[in-house]
Amino acid sequence: MNIKLKIWRQENPKAKGKFMDYSLEDVSPEMSFLEMLDALNTKLIINGDNPVAYEHDCREGICGCCSLYINGHPHGKGERTTTCELHMRSFTDGETIVVEPWRAKAFPVIKDLIVDRNAFDKIMAAGGFISVNTGSAQDSNAILVNKEHADEAFDSASCIGCGACVAACKNASAMLFVSAKISQFALLEQGKIEGMQRVQKMVSKMDELGFGNCTNTYACEAECPKGIKVTNIARMNRQFIAAKVGSQKQD
Amino acid sequence: MINSTLSIPSITKKIILAVAGLFLICFLLVHLGINLFLLPIHKDHEEIFTEAAHFMGTNLFIKAFEIVLFAAFIVHIIFAIILQLQNWKARGHAYKVFTKSKTSFLSKYIIYSGLLIFLFLLLHFYQFYFIKLGWVSYPVTKIPLPQDEHFYSIAKYLFTNDFIYSILYIVAFIILGIHLNHAFQSAFQTLGLNHSKYTPFIKALGTVYAFFIAIGYSIIPIYFMIFG
Ligand code: SF4
Ligand code: FES
Repeated sequence: MNIKLKIWRQENPKAKGKFMDYSLEDVSPEMSFLEMLDALNTKLIINGDNPVAYEHDCREGICGCCSLYINGHPHGKGERTTTCELHMRSFTDGETIVVEPWRAKAFPVIKDLIVDRNAFDKIMAAGGFISVNTGSAQDSNAILVNKEHADEAFDSASCIGCGACVAACKNASAMLFVSAKISQFALLEQGKIEGMQRVQKMVSKMDELGFGNCTNTYACEAECPKGIKVTNIARMNRQFIAAKVGSQKQD
Repeated sequence: MINSTLSIPSITKKIILAVAGLFLICFLLVHLGINLFLLPIHKDHEEIFTEAAHFMGTNLFIKAFEIVLFAAFIVHIIFAIILQLQNWKARGHAYKVFTKSKTSFLSKYIIYSGLLIFLFLLLHFYQFYFIKLGWVSYPVTKIPLPQDEHFYSIAKYLFTNDFIYSILYIVAFIILGIHLNHAFQSAFQTLGLNHSKYTPFIKALGTVYAFFIAIGYSIIPIYFMIFG
């Protein structure tokens, strides 16, 4: 198949950036979207042009690096797919594909399609952990965990931190990500200990970094490649209320 | 003051918006309950309506309630604006291809439906509340105002003679219905009340409520337009 591409090119974080048109012939429908971009880059390099910078690592949907906003959808149109799992067969011959970087104040563009997602790391550093002493691991059955909670915590923990929720949200809100990270701890005994402080610290970091506020339109849930549910956001809100109302006065 | 309002945590702002909204949701039902007596649903409907309007205008408890009601409106509007401005700012650079993500129906435009409702509210104030306060006199009734007894005739006059106002009124309530359809369940989600058993019920109830409000209020001008 032959395709046309409109790709955002931006030299560096300060440069102005613009869309460039490319066309690519003989694209195999079996190729992944990233393989197609590799083919384009090979062509560009042979012609002496700069290749398109984009981020990738695992190419199997687990690292969350491949953040591309394709034709109005983060990670393309497919349900529960990352860009690396998207195949060219989901496009039509002759189609024009528009590829943009994630757009959010908190995710500045580094180069072309690569954005800086350090903001997520900062939110995690603010409270997305549990404090345990090192030493030999305790007996695995010492803390009993209800199966339902274990499953739910696992589902929440399957968030790969890709940022598609922020990219899809009309408010560039990070609440789906933050709530998934809060939930993976909140549902387990080990995580409950620091639960009250965690939710306050992570939410305040999220606000400080300039993410928007959720208006419950749920574009995040529709686009999340890992099927993270907005029930996590409700849990975060509940926890936040409990923490604000129930915690002791801080001096 | 402005800075300290802006720095309230995002979730707290959302909760304030939601609680004020839920209060207004209750108020809309009370208001509709009275308004429906403009229609001949009871043999003494006109007296009942007038009596209710009089009660609303003079009762001390209601007067205190009115302050709370205004506060709820103002808080709801101000927090909606603050959140919206922050949300626009958070995007930074616009996308070339506007999001095609599947979202709940028209929920993306809640701020615009809110704005239109606000404009209608201004008109509504001008036509009814200011008369009650005596700031505006209504020539039609030809009787010195304020006198609560004349709300019935004002409403009847407007809906019977002012076609454009009636249409505007109906459109405003359709928009309000759209606003409420999203807002109702949204308020519960914001308060953390999402549950696999009850959320589908809350969503359905929100839709029923939105239809009830839109139809309930619109039916009044429609009645007067047809039967005079
Ligand atoms: S919640 Fe989903 S979309 Fe958001 S970062 Fe996690 S995996 Fe990506
Ligand atoms: S490259 Fe790792 S998820 Fe796509």
